[in-house]
Amino acid sequence: MQKMYSGTSRSERVNENLVPKEETIRFLLDYSKALSVIDYNKMKFEALLN
Amino acid sequence: MIKKESTDAQLVSAYMKGNEQAISVLITRHKQKIYSFIYSKVFDRDVSEDIFQDTFIKVIKTLKRGAYNEEGKFIPWVMRISHNLVIDHFRKNNRMPKFENNSDFNIFSVLHDGSLNAEKTMIKEQVEGDLKKIIQELPDDQKEVLIMRIYKEMSFKDISEKTGVSINTALGRMRYALINLRKVIDKHNIVLTN
Repeated sequence: MQKMYSGTSRSERVNENLVPKEETIRFLLDYSKALSVIDYNKMKFEALLN
Repeated sequence: MIKKESTDAQLVSAYMKGNEQAISVLITRHKQKIYSFIYSKVFDRDVSEDIFQDTFIKVIKTLKRGAYNEEGKFIPWVMRISHNLVIDHFRKNNRMPKFENNSDFNIFSVLHDGSLNAEKTMIKEQVEGDLKKIIQELPDDQKEVLIMRIYKEMSFKDISEKTGVSINTALGRMRYALINLRKVIDKHNIVLTN
């Protein structure tokens, strides 16, 4: 019965030092470098360049 | 030149002018706060990772397009984007709810697929085919009653009306049909089980 009605409170788990994976950060930085916005006649075009 | 002590506003401004290092400092500075916020809502590392990534993709796009008005509120703005993406995630999930299993309870212990597997389907078809062949061997009057009762699910009253015999006769023919079927099955050792 105790098992059924009690569980670890979720808020306790959130207090861990949570950070995103290194590869997610790397992806975002690479994405930022690759993305360029081109202005043309008041229009903006996004281009991803390798 | 980017300094670690630069304010968010200075970093955003530098990034919008093309300094790529600025976004790296911003992400590093705020990654824990934003990621923890997302995780506190979704409780799933992979989903949090995806929402974190989508949040910064939006941030990067908006800043590169020059569509961001710096009012000294960079972090509340990023938090609002992530909050909206969390809501989007739950909206999508409501349409297709996900069940979380743990060591105490597994959903598959109470849910099972009621349909037969390939082997049992084949056996069932074979059994039904064999049975039909045996039924064809019955005398016509018995066969007629059995087919009406079992396959057409007619009542004995309807059967008697259709065949022009009394209900008792129809019942008797059904009884003999079943006896004869059992005899044939026993005689030829036919296995009719699934």
